[in-house]
Formats: sequence, structure tokens, C-alpha cells
Amino acid sequence: MELCDRSAHELLDLLRSKEVSAQEVVQSSLQRIAAVDGRPGSLDSGEETEQDRGTVHAFISVTAEQALEQAKAIDQQRAKGEPVGLLSGIPFSAKDVFCVKDTYTTAASKILANFKAPYTSTAVERLQKQGAIMLGKVNLDEFTYGSSNESTAFQPCPRNPWDTSRVPGGSSGGSTASVAAGEVPFSLGTDTAGSIRQPAAFCGVVGVKPTYGRVSRYGIIAFASSLDCPGPIARDVTDVALMLQAIAGADPHDSTAANVPVPDYLATLEQGVKGKRIGLSPDYFQISYMDTESGEIHQKPVQEDIRAAVYHIAEVLRSMGAEIIEDVPMPNTRYGIPAFFVISRVEAASNLHRYDGVKYGYRTPSTEDDLRVMYRKTRNEAFGLQPKLRILMGMYVSAAQYSEQYYNRALKVRALLRRDFDQIFDPQRKYRLDALLTPTTPTTAFPIGAIYGDSVLMQYADQFTVTANHAGIPGISLPGGIASDGLPIGVQLLGPDYSEHTLLQMGRSLEIGTQDEAWRTQKPAVLR
Amino acid sequence: MTDYEVVIGLETHIQLNTKTKIFCACKADSWDDEPNTNICPVCTGLPGVLPVLNKAVVEKGVLLAKAMHSDIRMRSFFDRKNYFYPDLPKGYQISQYDLSLASGGYLDIPMPEGYTRRVTIHKLHMEEDAGKTKNAGNLRLIDFNRCGVPLVEMVTGPDLRSANEAAQYLIRLRQLLRWLGISEADMEKGHLRCDANVSIRPKGSDQLFTKTEIKNVNSIDNVKNAIEHEVERQIREVEAGNRVHAWTLDWDEEKNELRKMRSKETEADYRYFREPDLLPLDLTQAWLDEILKDFPELPLERKARFISEYKLPEYDADILTGERNLSDYFETAVQVYAGDPKKVSNYLMNDILRMLNESGKTANQLKLTPAYLAEILKMVDAGQINTSTGKNLLEKVETSGRSPKSIVESEGLGLVSDDSAIRAVAEKIVDANPKEVETFRAGKETLIGWFTGQVMREMRGKADPKLATQILMELLKK
Repeated sequence: MELCDRSAHELLDLLRSKEVSAQEVVQSSLQRIAAVDGRPGSLDSGEETEQDRGTVHAFISVTAEQALEQAKAIDQQRAKGEPVGLLSGIPFSAKDVFCVKDTYTTAASKILANFKAPYTSTAVERLQKQGAIMLGKVNLDEFTYGSSNESTAFQPCPRNPWDTSRVPGGSSGGSTASVAAGEVPFSLGTDTAGSIRQPAAFCGVVGVKPTYGRVSRYGIIAFASSLDCPGPIARDVTDVALMLQAIAGADPHDSTAANVPVPDYLATLEQGVKGKRIGLSPDYFQISYMDTESGEIHQKPVQEDIRAAVYHIAEVLRSMGAEIIEDVPMPNTRYGIPAFFVISRVEAASNLHRYDGVKYGYRTPSTEDDLRVMYRKTRNEAFGLQPKLRILMGMYVSAAQYSEQYYNRALKVRALLRRDFDQIFDPQRKYRLDALLTPTTPTTAFPIGAIYGDSVLMQYADQFTVTANHAGIPGISLPGGIASDGLPIGVQLLGPDYSEHTLLQMGRSLEIGTQDEAWRTQKPAVLR
Repeated sequence: MTDYEVVIGLETHIQLNTKTKIFCACKADSWDDEPNTNICPVCTGLPGVLPVLNKAVVEKGVLLAKAMHSDIRMRSFFDRKNYFYPDLPKGYQISQYDLSLASGGYLDIPMPEGYTRRVTIHKLHMEEDAGKTKNAGNLRLIDFNRCGVPLVEMVTGPDLRSANEAAQYLIRLRQLLRWLGISEADMEKGHLRCDANVSIRPKGSDQLFTKTEIKNVNSIDNVKNAIEHEVERQIREVEAGNRVHAWTLDWDEEKNELRKMRSKETEADYRYFREPDLLPLDLTQAWLDEILKDFPELPLERKARFISEYKLPEYDADILTGERNLSDYFETAVQVYAGDPKKVSNYLMNDILRMLNESGKTANQLKLTPAYLAEILKMVDAGQINTSTGKNLLEKVETSGRSPKSIVESEGLGLVSDDSAIRAVAEKIVDANPKEVETFRAGKETLIGWFTGQVMREMRGKADPKLATQILMELLKK
């Protein structure tokens, strides 16, 4: 096993005992990147090559020099016996929407290809304060708009390390691919409808969408501000707990970051699931989608081996002392995606207004006297298909004559979705659940090119994850098996506000309960 | 010819005088600063940054809402107003829309003609200012200093009936803003900005006809002037059988004329929605109590009280409540003096106001404190100094900062009230002017004034004139 395949908490032990140096850890990661990542995403990538089709392409930029310098400094500190941070020497990658001072932050869009932020996002700053070392920025769907990473302006797009003909999921696909391929032990992602959990499921890693407000959004290029949640991605539960510990908490730069004390996640991690009430809902084992011709709502069950995996995990947790409650009704789940379509696009269109070519980023080279023409050309030339679609729809559903019909209605649906959760988590009511156990996704990772272009169908990959964003509650996706197609299956736990410690504790139990199962030993294709 | 009634509503933007901007820590006032010097990633809308609400803005907004008799909402919301303009770096302005800080309210405007006009308030909300655009040849120059400067937008109902009423509203609003200490309210510096919506209708109608909007007027006189021009134009149009179009008009101060900026037949769609980057604004009762703890008596209330309590003429009361420091000064002086308030008023209206105008100071900055003024008044009353010495003392105290008493002592300005000293001089004057004595004794008693004057001249003004007159009468009537 190479150093880069070890978890962060194992590496920390090795670093503390000085068996390895931070420089060795960083070198190992850089070697892995060189071995499996292929060429980084760029705006003018040209033809896709055979070699491209076999590599991961998680990174847009690798900041090797700075990382090695930082590692050297940390090694010197350790050698002198000076105090170091809790994550000192651990490499990480950040989705390219996290601003980091003096480095490029592109949001995988041409319009920000040359943008260097003059400040660092709170989440990255907190990791760096604990001595974690950023290795680089990873790819994503343009402006996080997608569930496959295919929409990035920086091609080749990331590929799934388990099968490079498949998507890694998205929009934090670069993050989960970089973690799954052993390029970094952990990564920062963002989750607006499932953008951490869905790619975590597709890539067989652990991803946490914290409670809205648990982690500051300061310095993160926004998608839909009322839904966006930054969160940790790693290969095991202990590592996401470590990372969440570092980044969670109030922030004077973000008034929506809640002033709620951050518990010691590691302290409760090993406390098991005895007596915990975990629910299963039939509404999370089928997807509802609209027939685009007839407008009728169709139902389709989730992939059978995914259903089976979730029930198996439920059995494992039951055998460890949890109480499993079946048939929990979540009647509004099916409206999650349509409501998300509307709310997210209204906020996204507005958030994209600032990219006008006036102050930073791309500006059309054609010199125009008319300001409006300059705006139009700039935005037309530099926004890809997804931002354009979202602007069009966002402007439409927020227009004065339609906002009641669409936007305000979607807000009401959002309140109903929240109520579904309030009722099942309420200790005074029937279900009294500590968590709801669901599949993370209805399918395993789909082939590149299979769905791209059908933005409605693409969105249904998020049907089980988007509800937590509407409700603001935390969720975690955990590896729960390998499907017959050889691809990872993700299972999701959803809990009430600020119950991350409980979800992590349950996730850790799941790891312990399945540690001897055969699928646990399987490795992504790029590492075989 | 039809008689027309003028209908005016005013939209005012009030720049609050907070130290920092509404959503970041940049300095708010950039009047003396170079372009783009008071800016940061937040107010220039860089990707990923977030607004954090400045509490002082809310506090000043609450003070204004209270003064306008508005209903203050314990929970209000910020919304995004979306539009593109180069000096609006986020492509949206953070404002308040349907559930703003306060709703309703009114301001009563006493008109010089004697009637009172009640002006209702339709909207009162907080928002951030945009930057400034300057055209230089074919370049557009943008100054972001003003981005994020806190504003309260206040819109009146269509309640004003003349250009003069509009001017009086602005005068009273400016007075109130300064009184509350929430804005410098200087129209020339853009602290108080005003757009006027103007329409006309046949007298007796209660319909609202198409209005035009006059923008970019930067003084109260210009507001009045521009409205008068516009009313004349509208009447001319209607009389000629034309329709008034919903134009936006720009006031050109130099040419003294209105220019059409654009047609505004359809309302722009700003696609308002709740600002997701800010939490709802919750005013707790404790916070509200804290803000309103020292809420001052308002100028018009104070004016009425000055009239009833101190028996001041309305004219005096109006001037003395024109500015809060001045009226506080007056009241303190009256209390220390404990004599006739009108005497205090006279000193303020004549001498101290001139002193303030010349020095540019406000009343609270004077070295001549209300207590010193009262001391001077008491000395005059007691005959320790005469009136003209009293008036001279005002300047002397203000320049030196010394107490009036110590100046009188060290400069020997006190009146001689020693009976024998005055009597000696009086006897000398009587002896030296037998002719006048005879005339007086023949019945022309008004000559006593001339005799007193002679004594005063002889004693270079330091004699107590009352005592001198008394002694002279005694000598002459012997």
C-alpha cells in the first residue's frame, strides 16, 4: 500500500511518530496524480485521445510547488518540536469553486478562466490553519450545474476511477474522483442538490452534506445560495469527521453560518447504533419523473441491487442494535426535483449577473461602443450551455407575471418537504427517527455521454439527495456495496438539523459492520 | 380654462451617516476620497463573497421609522433587485421589497401660509447604494466607493399639492434627519436625493393621471424649480389637447430646463426575490428598546412646547427648533438663567446665531456654553454690567473660553454702583449745566435722559444707569 492510499487519520499517526514526513506524503500524492490523472482540464483541449479515455482528469490545476514548500515547512516545525495543526501534512484537493488567494478559481467556466481571487474561502483557510496542504483545484460541472462533470469548460472532463467510461457524478466529481483514485485523502466539495453525495456514491467514497449553515459559504462561488452546502469528502468516516471538525462553525464573514457550537465528532464516533431509530421510506425506493410528451408522472423503481444493498445495510445496523422502522411516509419527495429546478435557477441566474465582463473574468475581445452589446457578447461567448439554460429558466420563472405560478409555488413545496422531515424526526410523534436510510442514487454511475444534454433526466440522479438541501438537514453518503456492473453503490443517511455527529456515528458503525464483506476489498479500476 | 390641481409624490434616498458601509467594513463616506479607494471584495461583488449586515444601519433606520410614525416590523427581509449596470457590481442591489423595515407613517408639514399638510409614507426600506458612472469621452469610468453605502429609501403618497409643499417637505425632512443624527442630509453632497413624481388633474378630481418622474435634482430650490417647470409643461400639453406621457425627466441645472431621459410606459421587472445570503432581520424587543431609549422630542413637538411652556412667539420657536443643538442650548440656558425665556431667545436669535453662522460651528461646540450665557444675562439683570458690555462679553467668552465673571473682574467691566461716586459726578454735571437744569425744572422732565447720558459719558459707561437716573432726579427736584 502506498502512502497516498492511506487514510488521513493513519497518515497523521505516521506523521506524529515521524515514521514519514509531510514531504513524503505530498510526493506520494503527486506521484499518484502523475500516474492516473492524465492531462489536466483546459479550455483548448483539442481531440480526446485514447489515453484520455483511460485516465481520471480530476484536476484543473496542481499547485505542486507550493504544496512541497508547505510540506517542508511543516516537517521543519515537527523536527523542532513546534506545535502543529490537527491536520498537519495531510494533502487535500478543493473543488474549483473555493477561492484560494492568488490561485486561479475557475468554477470550470471560460468566464472565470483567468480569475485569481484576492482572498481565501473560510473552509480552505480553516483546513490550512490546521496544517492541511492544498494540492490543487479539481474539476466540476461548469458553475456546479450538473450531475456528471461533463459540462465543464475544462476538458477532458473527470472520469470515474472505477470505470473510466463512466461519469464520476457531479458536480463535485473531480473531488470524489481525486479521493477515490488515491490522489488525495480528502477533498472539499459543495452540495446544492446532492453534488457531494451523488458523486461520492458513484465513486465509492464518503461524502457529507452538512446542515445548512454548519460550514461557512464565504469565498465559495455560489450556485443557489439558499441550498449550497460545502462539505467534506474522504475514503472513510473517520476522515470526513476529522475534516468536518476543522471546517465547521460560525463565521463573521457569513451571517448564514450558524452560531451553533460544534461538537467533538471524533469523541462520539465509536459509540455504535444501539437504540438508534432508523427509518426506511418506500418513497425513496422509486423515482418519479414526468413524461416530456404526455406530462404524466411515471414511477420507476431504483436499480434492484441498490435496493438490496440498502436493505442489507439496514439488516447490518439492526444486528448492531439499531431499530429499523419501515414504511415511513415521505409523500412530498417526488416534488423535490421540480421545486429545485425553479428555486435553484432563480438564484443561479441572479448569482451569474455579476459575470458581465466589466470587472474581472472574460470580456469579449470585440470592442463595442454599446454597453449592452458588450454584456451580451461577453456572456454568450464565455458561458457554456448549462449556465445559459439556467439563466433562461431562472429569468422566466422569476418574472413578475410567472413568479407566483413557479417561484412562490416552489417555495411552498420546499416548506412541505421540510415538514415531511420535521414529522419523522419529531420525538413527540409517531416515528421518532434518528435518521432515514435511503439509497443515495437511483442508479450506479452512468456512461459518459448517455444522459448529457437531457438536463431534466440528468437532474433525476439527485432525486433522493435534493430533499436534504430543500430542508436544510444534514446527509451522508457511504459506500454500501458493489453492484453487478462492478460499480459502487452509495447508501444515504439523513438526520435532523445539526445531527452530523449521529450520522457519522452510524456511518462508522456501518463501516465496522461490513468490514469483512468481500466488496470492501475491491479497488477502483485505475488502481488495479 | 380649467383649474388644475398639482399632485406630487417624492421618492427620497437618504444616505445614513454610519462609519462603515451596510454589508462590509469599508468606510461609508467617500466625499473627500479618490475613486475606488474605499472598496473591498464584498462591496465590489467578487465571486464567493457574502454580505454581513451592519447593525448601525438598522438602528438608524428604526429611528427614522419611529419619527415618521411608521409601523416597525419585528421581522423584515432583504431582497434582491436584479438589473444590469456597470456600477452595480453584483448585477443586483440588496434592498427590501414587500416586507421592509417599516410600513405606513406620515409627516405633518406646517406650511408658512398657516395650514398643515399631512404627507403619508408609502415605503420605507433599507438598501445598499450603487457606484457612480462617469462618462469621459468614449470611456465609462466607474467609481465603486459608493457601492454598499447605506441608504433608506422613503416614498411618499401623492399627497403634495404644490412645488412649494414639496420644498417644505424636504426642508422638514432634512431638519428631522439632522435632528435624529442619522444623516448629514446635504443634498449637494447626495446625502439626501429626491426624485419627484408629478401629475396634474382638474380641480375636484380625485383621480391620478399619468405622472412624470423628475430625477437628478440636487437642491431644494431646484426641486421646486423643476416641479414648477414641469407643471407648466403638463398644463400646456393638456391645454393643447395632448396627452402627458410617462417620461423620466432629467433636470439640467445650468440650462434651468428639463430633459427627457426615457419613456417609462412599462414598469421594469426587477425579479425581486429574498436575498438568500442574509438571514431575516429579527428585531428583538430588547434591541428595539435599546435603540429607542433616548428617542428625542421631535422638532415640531418641541416647537409647540416652546410656545406653550416658554411663551415664545411662533417665529422664535421655529428658529430655535430648527436645529437640535440650538434648541438644546436654548433650553439649558433658560433653565440655568431661570429668568424670562424671551430674553434668552433674543440673545440667541440676534447674537449667537450670527456667531454660529460666522464660525460654522454648531451650538454644542461653542465655548460660550449655555451656563455662561445665563451668567451674562444674570449680571445684566443685576445691574452688574450694562447691556452693551453683556453683548461684548459674548465674543470675549467665546474667544477665550473663560467665564464671563472672571473677564468682567480682570478687565474692570463691572458697573459702578457706588452711590457716592455716581453722586459726585451727578452733582458736577448739575452744577455745570444750569440752563438745562432750569428747563428741566420748568417741566421738561424728559431731559433726565440727557443728564443720565452725561453722567454715563463722564464715567465711560461704567455707571449703573438706573442708579444714576435716581440720583439725578433727586438732585434736580431739590
